[in-house]
Amino acid sequence: MRKLLLLISAILVGLVFIARLFYLQVYSGSTYDLFEDSAILKEYTYPKRGYVYDRNGKLLVANQPSYDVMVIPREVKPLDSTDLHEFCKLLNITPEAYQRKLTRATNYSPRLPSPFVPQLSKSDYAVLQEKMRKYEGFYIQKRSLRSYQTTIGANVLGDIGEVNRSIIRKQPYYKLGDLIGKQGVEKTYETTLRGVKGIKFIQKDRFNKNIGPYKNGVFDTLPKPGKDITITIDSQLQAYGELLMKNKRGGIVAIEPGSGEILAMVSGPSYNPNLLVGRNRSKNFTKLYRDSIAKPLFDRGLQAMYPPGSPFKTLNALIALQENVVSTADRFTCNMGYRYGNRIMGCHAHKSPVNMNIGIYESCNAYFANVYRRIIDKYDSPAKGMDIWSNHIKSFGLGDFLGNDLSVGQPGKVPSAETYNRGYGKNKWYTTFTISNAIGQGEVLATPIQLANMAAAIGNRGYYYTPHIIKHIEEDTIPAAYTTPKYTTIEKKHFDPVVQGMFDVYNKGTAKMLQVKGIEICGKTGTAENFAIIDSVKTQLTDHSIFVAFAPKDNPKIAIAVFVENGYFGSRFAGRMASLMIEQYIRGEITRPDMENFVLRYSLEHEYEKPYSNAPFGINRQTTLEPIDEDEFQESLRIKAEITKS
Amino acid sequence: MLRQNQRRFKFDWFTIILFLLLVGFGYVNILSASHIGEITSYFDTSQLYGKHLIFIGLTFLLIILILSFEAKFYERFASIIYLIAILALIGLFVFGKDVNGARSWYGIGSMTIQPSEFAKFATALAVAKYISDLQTNMQTLKDQIRVAAIIFIPAILILLQNDAGSTIVYLAFFFVFYREGLQQIYLVSALSLIALAVLTLKFGILISVVATTTALITRYFLRKKKRASIFQYLLVLIVSILFSYGVKLFYDHGLKTHQQNRISLWLRLEKDPVKLELMKKREAYNLIQSEQAISSGGWTGKGFLEGTRTTGKFVPEQHTDYIFSTVGEEWGFLGSSIVVILFITLIIRILYLSESQKSQFSRVYGYGVASIFFIHFTINTGMVMGLIPTVGIPLPFFSYGGSGLWGFTILLFIFIKLDSNKINEW
Ligand SMILES: [Zn+2]
Repeated sequence: MRKLLLLISAILVGLVFIARLFYLQVYSGSTYDLFEDSAILKEYTYPKRGYVYDRNGKLLVANQPSYDVMVIPREVKPLDSTDLHEFCKLLNITPEAYQRKLTRATNYSPRLPSPFVPQLSKSDYAVLQEKMRKYEGFYIQKRSLRSYQTTIGANVLGDIGEVNRSIIRKQPYYKLGDLIGKQGVEKTYETTLRGVKGIKFIQKDRFNKNIGPYKNGVFDTLPKPGKDITITIDSQLQAYGELLMKNKRGGIVAIEPGSGEILAMVSGPSYNPNLLVGRNRSKNFTKLYRDSIAKPLFDRGLQAMYPPGSPFKTLNALIALQENVVSTADRFTCNMGYRYGNRIMGCHAHKSPVNMNIGIYESCNAYFANVYRRIIDKYDSPAKGMDIWSNHIKSFGLGDFLGNDLSVGQPGKVPSAETYNRGYGKNKWYTTFTISNAIGQGEVLATPIQLANMAAAIGNRGYYYTPHIIKHIEEDTIPAAYTTPKYTTIEKKHFDPVVQGMFDVYNKGTAKMLQVKGIEICGKTGTAENFAIIDSVKTQLTDHSIFVAFAPKDNPKIAIAVFVENGYFGSRFAGRMASLMIEQYIRGEITRPDMENFVLRYSLEHEYEKPYSNAPFGINRQTTLEPIDEDEFQESLRIKAEITKS
Repeated sequence: MLRQNQRRFKFDWFTIILFLLLVGFGYVNILSASHIGEITSYFDTSQLYGKHLIFIGLTFLLIILILSFEAKFYERFASIIYLIAILALIGLFVFGKDVNGARSWYGIGSMTIQPSEFAKFATALAVAKYISDLQTNMQTLKDQIRVAAIIFIPAILILLQNDAGSTIVYLAFFFVFYREGLQQIYLVSALSLIALAVLTLKFGILISVVATTTALITRYFLRKKKRASIFQYLLVLIVSILFSYGVKLFYDHGLKTHQQNRISLWLRLEKDPVKLELMKKREAYNLIQSEQAISSGGWTGKGFLEGTRTTGKFVPEQHTDYIFSTVGEEWGFLGSSIVVILFITLIIRILYLSESQKSQFSRVYGYGVASIFFIHFTINTGMVMGLIPTVGIPLPFFSYGGSGLWGFTILLFIFIKLDSNKINEW
């Protein structure tokens, strides 16, 4: 026994030590990760973010340097009060804020870098850089922020902001403090614009001093610069559209029908993109975000869904021809509306009977009700007819996301037999139940970009290109989906009478007052009824003003949809704005100053205040036009002059 | 001539190979832990690893010298060697040189010599000499006191020079005494007192008294035969209580703050997070860095010269007391386990050889050698892995330094010489 004491002790110690080593090195030691090794400093170099140009090569978005103070909490050495005060003074924060920020960073992760004080001013940076070594655990990270060369197109260009934790979890490329595209092209073309950051691994010693590259830099990578992109926007047209939309709410989308390129994409009210750059970004963003009345971050050109109204009638005419249920010469009578059962769908006073051409330019409800019934009733059951109709409509890009490269969007809605089966029960509904589809009311919903695309498809006589914002990527090609035409279900030959009808809208119809000499415009006015809940009562507001057009009539260069909230009838605001946009784009100048003055002079702000006024108010016919101050008007004219000059 | 050859091959080559492996692997790790900048030459004497290579070179001269003496020489001159060692320790008070608060070195030119490293083998020789004397009986109190004096003299001298770590090493001789007949009661008492001390510090005096009383009552009722009187039991209880108070008093007033904090960290006594944080930045700094370095090694380690924490010199004193953390980081679980196995194998081999000695002197000396290696290895490695409170002693053959390397080499090779001679002892 005496001989065994030391032997047993030695064996026991050996076993305990090996067990301890196993615990430390294998069991609790996670797999070695260079990124988590505090002995290795990770130095990131952020590449230049790609520039953004407009279709004419005008620089819209460039970069400016920015410096963030970063912290790695577990490497921070407690500062004595003199050092703490000096450091806080350099950073322009209070000692309490220092503690708070440090605690927050520690809670996120003691070993990963967090931004401590983001976006220093240049002078602060110069002073701080000298003294940084003294404060262990802190370092300065250079990044690049956006520098907007323009004040327009905030909804198109978007912005970049700090990544949040859920993004980091999903995409490990990003580290806390990195910037990422949040809206607009910055978001959709993030990886193209961003490039790839470079990284250097540097061996540190315990005094936090760099003692050379880790493994002679074999793991180091160089930053890959982001690619410049050219977008399809014509910044002059965009600026003009934003000017026209001033004091109004709504959206304008203009597309080049021959390519699907988006020429302008206006959403009113808009804001200056420079608001979302730098230290005030989150403050300004919150302000825009919280504005639940004007909703400046809501892109009305892409996200607002409304019944399309009369412009939709053109599609019913096309389907009727394709389905061979009417000829262009077939005539229907209209006596102030269309009667079915004991109900009536009203119409306005015009000559009767009505053929297709008159039906379109007079926008006759009775004509289209008849045509629509013939389409649906052509088949054994309304369900079958409905599905066939629905397919035709969808082939124009309605009722679904367009598959474009925009950061936001809405699918709109096109009813099918299924929609009514759900509402009424299978085989328990008749064509007349769905009659409002004839005139673009009822179950149909569309966004302005979908209507602009529809106009492009009509202008092209039967096909369209997916609307897109990207024109060119440096050393790259744009996706084939944007350069292959998509055909509608309507044969080319059926378009001419419909196009002629839209042309006659300008010649002798509802847009007669909007003619522009020398440009053959085809268009269609529309209105959309809309309601608000005021004191829990559903209250009707002034109609939205809608206009859809393309020009010239043959080989169109521009297709456009304009939508003005509570702008009343179609030609009042939307029609004027569409005509002006078309002339501005095609001719480069305006020959109808009367029309332009009207749009620039009259504001709809008073209209938007009505629901919040706590007083009874009139709509549509009872509304009046309210001019803006003369000063403001002159300012608008000055901006207009500047836009045309550039 | 033939006889000469035979003799040379009587050396226990297994032990020698273990020794060579440990010194060689030790050098590899010192190289990793101590190099500054690029390694231009392994013989670059401006760097510590270069110096250590010189120490290793001199070690071989030393081995030849040790083996060339007659085996009988060590037994005969044990007392004189011991006396010289004690004088060298005393001389430190006059001629010694302060390094890091400990007065344990002689300075000779640019070199330093640490006599406490040599006092170990001298004491082992003296203990072996005394116990192997035919007159000595370890069962008697008289001999127990005398043999205790042999180890206490150097131990106290070293303690007075502020080198508490090296003092603890002399506890190793307890294994020797026990092997040579020291009564069981000492072992039981020692283990009980250690347990009692830990209990007192961790849970307080009250709990430790309750525990002692319970243990004594249980024992009293279990032992129906040969039962000691209740009076004796009471005496033991009173001594235990006094001991508990003594431990508490010593911990509160007898220890320096940093020693107190080391124990407090080990027993996890401190609950105040602010103070704990402060301790982690001071007393536990080395330990935390060392544990992190070891943990980051994983299964197979980061590879020779690839340890990021070693390269960055994150572990202070890594080339000396904390050298094992380099093994942990660069060679991983595999490498560290091999080092543990090498040491345990060496200790068991020496024990095995000791038991096979014909002369009691050789056996006792061999036991001393095994015990000293055991204590050094256990305390140093246990500390580096965070199992034992921080005690500054080197890892034999691994830690940087001439005195240490030579001290352990002499210790081991005297035994190898004695062992080689067992055939001639008829
Ligand atoms: Zn009519």
